[in-house]
Amino acid sequence: MNVLEINNVTKRFGNLVAVRDVSLSVAKGELCAIIGPNGAGKTTFFNLLTGQHAPTSGRIVFDGRDITGTPPHGIAHLGIARSFQRTSIFPTLSLLDNVWLAAFARQPSWRGLAWRRTDRYPELAERAMAMLDEVGLAGKAGEPARAISHGEQRQLELAIALAATPRLLLLDEPAAGLSPDETQKMVALVRRLKGRYNIILIEHKIDVVMSRSDRIAVMHFGGVIAEGPPAEIQRNAEVRRAYLGGIAPP
Amino acid sequence: MSAESTRKLIALAAIWITLLLAPYWMAPLGGYTALATRVLVLGLAAMSVNFLLGFTGVLSFGHAAYFGLGAYGAGLTLKFLALSTPLALVAGTLLGGVCGAILGTLIVRRRGVYFAMVTIAFGQVFYYIAFQWSSLTGGDDGLRGFSRQPIDFGFFKLDILSSADNFYFFVLFCFALVVAAMGFILRSPFGRTMIAIRENERRSRFLGIPVERHIWIAFTLSCFFMGFAGALYALVNNFADPRGLHYSQSGDFVMMAVMGGMRSFWGPLLGAAVFVVLQDYLSSVTVNWMSFVGLLFVLVVLFFPRGLLGFIQRSKA
Repeated sequence: MNVLEINNVTKRFGNLVAVRDVSLSVAKGELCAIIGPNGAGKTTFFNLLTGQHAPTSGRIVFDGRDITGTPPHGIAHLGIARSFQRTSIFPTLSLLDNVWLAAFARQPSWRGLAWRRTDRYPELAERAMAMLDEVGLAGKAGEPARAISHGEQRQLELAIALAATPRLLLLDEPAAGLSPDETQKMVALVRRLKGRYNIILIEHKIDVVMSRSDRIAVMHFGGVIAEGPPAEIQRNAEVRRAYLGGIAPP
Repeated sequence: MSAESTRKLIALAAIWITLLLAPYWMAPLGGYTALATRVLVLGLAAMSVNFLLGFTGVLSFGHAAYFGLGAYGAGLTLKFLALSTPLALVAGTLLGGVCGAILGTLIVRRRGVYFAMVTIAFGQVFYYIAFQWSSLTGGDDGLRGFSRQPIDFGFFKLDILSSADNFYFFVLFCFALVVAAMGFILRSPFGRTMIAIRENERRSRFLGIPVERHIWIAFTLSCFFMGFAGALYALVNNFADPRGLHYSQSGDFVMMAVMGGMRSFWGPLLGAAVFVVLQDYLSSVTVNWMSFVGLLFVLVVLFFPRGLLGFIQRSKA
């Protein structure tokens, strides 16, 4: 069974159709990439999946359950976690607290919410440390998040998403604004996650996704204009180079 | 134990010892016990405002309403219902807190300036009710004709009416209870989610925190604390004033919190102490005392953006 089924989802803002009749599915263990030029509607599409906006029409089914129009915090509790294109962290909190919060917020029952001390949750602290370790930041657990480099903040962003033990992981340009070196690191990181998580990855740099994705969907002007395995898209993309411009390999 | 936690413990001990001994060191410095009592009560109110402003990141400009409701709740109880100080405190706290809980459901969907405006608007509603309903509240003259009652422990009675020191220690005891409750909440996971909302509301939402519900809970708790402070204030003055509900009073509380340091737990108490002592001293010299307090406020905001306490902490570190 597919983890996620998206059927004919459309989102309009006034006269603008930001997402046009998109259908997509993600199978278990799959890494599905969405590519497309700026303004193609990729992030809006994520916003529909995570409840930031409700689609104008269409249905989103997650784990066999219709989640269309569920608010963001409800989506998070169902097991969909996202990272943001623009780094979104808790700047004055320590790295460990950033990730701890993500692990805590996902708990089904918030017992002891108001009186238990935050350090009385050893299993959450352990999980948070493990996630920091996974992205290679365990050594900086005590530092405030605003003090680390942009590249490290991108890694933290990923650790926050992972700490929620997601059934579906939505990564919005994890390599945005990274240097070539840092991009290499991030690519290796995402590759390690592949297979263990069901992932949808938005990416701008086509070379980053070509070799790692199981399937690629190309978005343009809100609609999906091509979908298939990387090799097929590659051929297709070359044909459309002039048309897609920005996403063609350099 | 780390050096930092030792330092925190020492600072905490110093604060409580200073407060405990206030009646003894204030008099030689030219103060008087009742002034210390006012500092405690207004400090508690400023800390309640800061519970929202500094730790949840939303600015209420109408919190005086819940303070004033607490005062009227306590005063009306003593005047018409029962001659019992504890009952008056409970009634005032409930009145402020329950009104806050109900209005909070309407307020928490707004953010920023709109949040502040809506809180002012609701606050002014209570001000005009207290102002107009003269038969019950005494209108512009305020509610008079009640006084705090001795606390009856069964085997002995604590006289808090004529003994200023006794009353100070009673208020300090109440203050300690509420401050401890605040401290526990801020150290709990719920407190951590409040700070998360302050730091990054959108991220909190996508992590699964029901942001509106948590802001509502923080708002409601803060209104209960505020109601309690207001009830104590009615006991301090044996009087409830409609101006205690007015938004200019809310502004004073915000000023105390910001002046003392809104990112720190104890900052607002320091802010309230500076405000109350300056008011007491300057108002005997000039009727324009507020200009001087305002000038100090501007200077603090310009040169110590982390507030007086933030400045003290930084220069020590």
